[in-house]
Amino acid sequence: MNYGYYPGCSLECNAAAYDFSTRKVCEALGLGLRELDDWNCCGATEYFTQDELTACSVIARNLALAEGQFDQLVAPCAACYLNLKKTDGLMAGDAGMNTKINQALSAGGLNYTAGAVNVRHLLDVIYTDVGEEAIRAKVVKPLTGIKVAPYYGCQVVRPANGFDDPEHPVKLDELFTWLGADVVDYPVKTHCCGGHMTQISEPQAFELIRRLIQSAVDSQADVILCMCPMCQLNLDAYQRNVNGYFHTDFKMPIIYFTQLMGVAFGIDSKELGFGKEIVPAEAMIRRKLAAVAAEATA
Amino acid sequence: MIVQTSGKKSPSFLDEVIAATPGGEKIAHCMQCGSCGGSCPNAADMDHTPRTLFALINAGQREKVLSSNAFWCCVSCYSCTARCPQNIPITDIMYALKRLSLRSGLAADTDAPALARTFTGLLDRYGRSFEFGLASRYYLFNKPLSMLKMGPLGLSMFTRGRMSLVPSKIRQLDQLQNIIKRAREIGGES
Repeated sequence: MNYGYYPGCSLECNAAAYDFSTRKVCEALGLGLRELDDWNCCGATEYFTQDELTACSVIARNLALAEGQFDQLVAPCAACYLNLKKTDGLMAGDAGMNTKINQALSAGGLNYTAGAVNVRHLLDVIYTDVGEEAIRAKVVKPLTGIKVAPYYGCQVVRPANGFDDPEHPVKLDELFTWLGADVVDYPVKTHCCGGHMTQISEPQAFELIRRLIQSAVDSQADVILCMCPMCQLNLDAYQRNVNGYFHTDFKMPIIYFTQLMGVAFGIDSKELGFGKEIVPAEAMIRRKLAAVAAEATA
Repeated sequence: MIVQTSGKKSPSFLDEVIAATPGGEKIAHCMQCGSCGGSCPNAADMDHTPRTLFALINAGQREKVLSSNAFWCCVSCYSCTARCPQNIPITDIMYALKRLSLRSGLAADTDAPALARTFTGLLDRYGRSFEFGLASRYYLFNKPLSMLKMGPLGLSMFTRGRMSLVPSKIRQLDQLQNIIKRAREIGGES
């Protein structure tokens, strides 16, 4: 398979840790990701709010650029993934929209054949295409003793991505059992982080963030693992504001799942973007791994 | 199942919503079970839950629906869509109601449209989103008093290399802008 990589805007800066760790982990797994040249923003939820045809056309430019070059287009960001997948599906199922979107693309000398590119989420590619055996074989530093709370959020699993259950997804849980981590089962792993509500109505967003972190704390998790830049931003960067608002004292590290995968593969933490998180994560990971190592030698 | 009421109550509003939503015709299959509102993380802040909105749409209550705050509370988590026993694309209907609401001039008092416009304005200009530009513009024009409060967060992001003061741009900006221009013409938005 031929994997095109669509990083998306968040991964250029705010979620650079996700980009670094994705590239490193995929390199270690021999996936051969190649970045789609000159990709543009997917419009997140904001274009669909205003103008559907323009929203789809902006997204379809990326699909058109990928067509013929890649058969798989891999997106780590939940919103990018859903937008690309949804637009491809809409073009395949709605002849009228397909014609209009291609008319718009033709103004840029482009065309897209619905279904030509298979839009995939990074987790799906790692879990399905690489698989358990190859992943276990790469582990040099098992994550034994680290209690992880896998956080799926919304737009990777819903409305229905075909690779995991929209209500009870398990693929990220399974992946981390292969890596040796203690995966905690907490009831809110597919609940919403508030999305852009942190910008619009803080009380609404903060309550959703509080519930998520509190549930992870109650489940004795050491860290929450994200696969969406919006989730990571809300839970990590706004954790201080949430503490101020509710008089809580959360110090829950929030990192990308690929960062902790990289640790298990023995990749240097600087290359995985550690230190960019606002609630520190690295010292906790080192401490946990050292404690297990000390116990093993004792 | 919703039964269309007689022509007295402007039944065309249902058609308008259906026309604005891909797969929107399924709205007629709503059986008023309320799974949508029960699944929604933000239902408590809505003046009408989605179930009520669908009944109001069917009753032709255009103004009441388009001035509702409900769809502006929607953050596209798709919980309602995943759970709807009638497979109604509820999140897509919420997007359609946002668009119809903006066009009708009836939109509720919320900062959501300003955030959306600022975001896509930057996309149109650079081809990529620009978080510093978005945050500074959006807060300056909509929540100037909150800017001070956002200072520590912005600084934390900046010192960790998570916020750039310069936008990233695509090379073939003309191409993207021509596509956007044509899409607006076809969609009757320009």
